Amino acid sequence: MKLHLKIWRQNSATEKGAFERYTLSDVSADASFLEMLDILNEQLIAENKDPVAFDHDCREGICGMCSLTINGVPHGPERATTACQLHMRHFKDGETIVIEPWRAKPFPVTKDLVVDRTPFDSVMQAGGFVSVRTGASPEANATPVPKPIAEYAMDAAACIGCGACVAACKNASAMLFVGAKVSHLNSLPQGKPEKDRRVVAMVEAMDSAGFGNCRNYAECEAVCPKEISLDVIAQMNRDYASAKIKQFFAPAES
Amino acid sequence: MSSLLKKYLMALTGFVMVGFVFVHMLGNLQMFNGPDAINEYAHFLQTLPKGVFWGFRITLLASLIIHVWMAILLVKENKAARPEDYSVNTSVQASLASRTMGISGSFLLFFIIFHIFHFTVRSIFPEYQSEAFYTALDGETVYNVYKMVVAGFSKTWVSVVYVVCMAFLCAHLAHAVSSMFQSLGLRNRTWKVRLDRFAVLYGWVIFLGFIAVPIGVLTHVIKPESSFTGTPAEALVINTNLSQ
Ligand code: FES
Repeated sequence: MKLHLKIWRQNSATEKGAFERYTLSDVSADASFLEMLDILNEQLIAENKDPVAFDHDCREGICGMCSLTINGVPHGPERATTACQLHMRHFKDGETIVIEPWRAKPFPVTKDLVVDRTPFDSVMQAGGFVSVRTGASPEANATPVPKPIAEYAMDAAACIGCGACVAACKNASAMLFVGAKVSHLNSLPQGKPEKDRRVVAMVEAMDSAGFGNCRNYAECEAVCPKEISLDVIAQMNRDYASAKIKQFFAPAES
Repeated sequence: MSSLLKKYLMALTGFVMVGFVFVHMLGNLQMFNGPDAINEYAHFLQTLPKGVFWGFRITLLASLIIHVWMAILLVKENKAARPEDYSVNTSVQASLASRTMGISGSFLLFFIIFHIFHFTVRSIFPEYQSEAFYTALDGETVYNVYKMVVAGFSKTWVSVVYVVCMAFLCAHLAHAVSSMFQSLGLRNRTWKVRLDRFAVLYGWVIFLGFIAVPIGVLTHVIKPESSFTGTPAEALVINTNLSQ
């Protein structure tokens, strides 16, 4: 396959970036998207040029490192697929492909296509955990979880924290990510005792990181490689409202 | 103010206005029942106990102000959250109505202001305040809403602007009516499908219900008042309005 690439190049967070054009003449249709970029980088290195920086780790769709906006769509045109699991057969011979980083204020570009997703860690530190004593693992059947709830929590837990939801959102909102984490932990008996504190803290961390506000467009749901549904945002909205109401009527601490 | 609180306020104030437009539309349709029906209905509203009357007005005005205020805050933050936009800007599944809420909302705000000065304060065409616009109903002198509406919509440009604005209202509602449930957390995958359909239906019902009146006036289905009770003098006033 012959491909024309238009790739965002930016030296550092403080410098201005711009698009640069490259042409690859012989790419296998069976190559993955990242392998295609590897080929480009080898070509650039051979020409003594600076290779394109992009994030990746597992290359099997489970770590959430890859973060490419391909022709305006985070993770590219295939539904429920990360960029690393996308293959070149989904593109046409001679096509021009535009590759951009995630674009959001809380995700500054560190170099080329690499962004800093630390604000997601701050959200997790605020409440994305269950406070239990560690020790021997508990007996699996000691805490019964109804099947539908287990399924629902598992679906929410599938979030790999890649940030495509933020990237796709017209408002650069992180509510699908935060909703997924809140719904996962708040639905299970282990997470329930900290339900209210968790949702309030995580929403606060999300707001202070400077993400935008969800306007229910559902773009996030469409690009999420793990197909996390808007239901998790509804649950976050519900849990936050109930936590705030409870907080308001809580007996004064002495 | 947290992001979610802003969204709740947006949804709740929106809910108030969504309910209001439906009642308003039902009231407007009284135009098809002749002058007495709408004049009596308008008189009933005007003579509600002061507390109730102003309670409604203040609730609506407060809802509007909070709704617009939250919209401005949200949009400002959202713009700030994406300082550098994509060079390829596509949508995968966001509806056109959802992506144009800001545009439809801005048109509606201007429309609401015009509409209030047109038909409530009646300062855009001051002749609406003249004595010719009062009529007798069951021995009482009441405002002749029927005549005002016919006079108002007989100006073609007013009707055209009105219909266009109602199209914006239709689009706004097509997203809003389902979206407000999501913002309040009162929606899931099953209900999303139902509410999305209901929102589009609601938008269309409101649109058709509202535009029926100007179209009725322009096509003379809603006849000038003279054909019901008119004296020659009243007919003259209507004719001068028509020719304006
Ligand atoms: S590299 Fe791990 S998910 Fe793509």
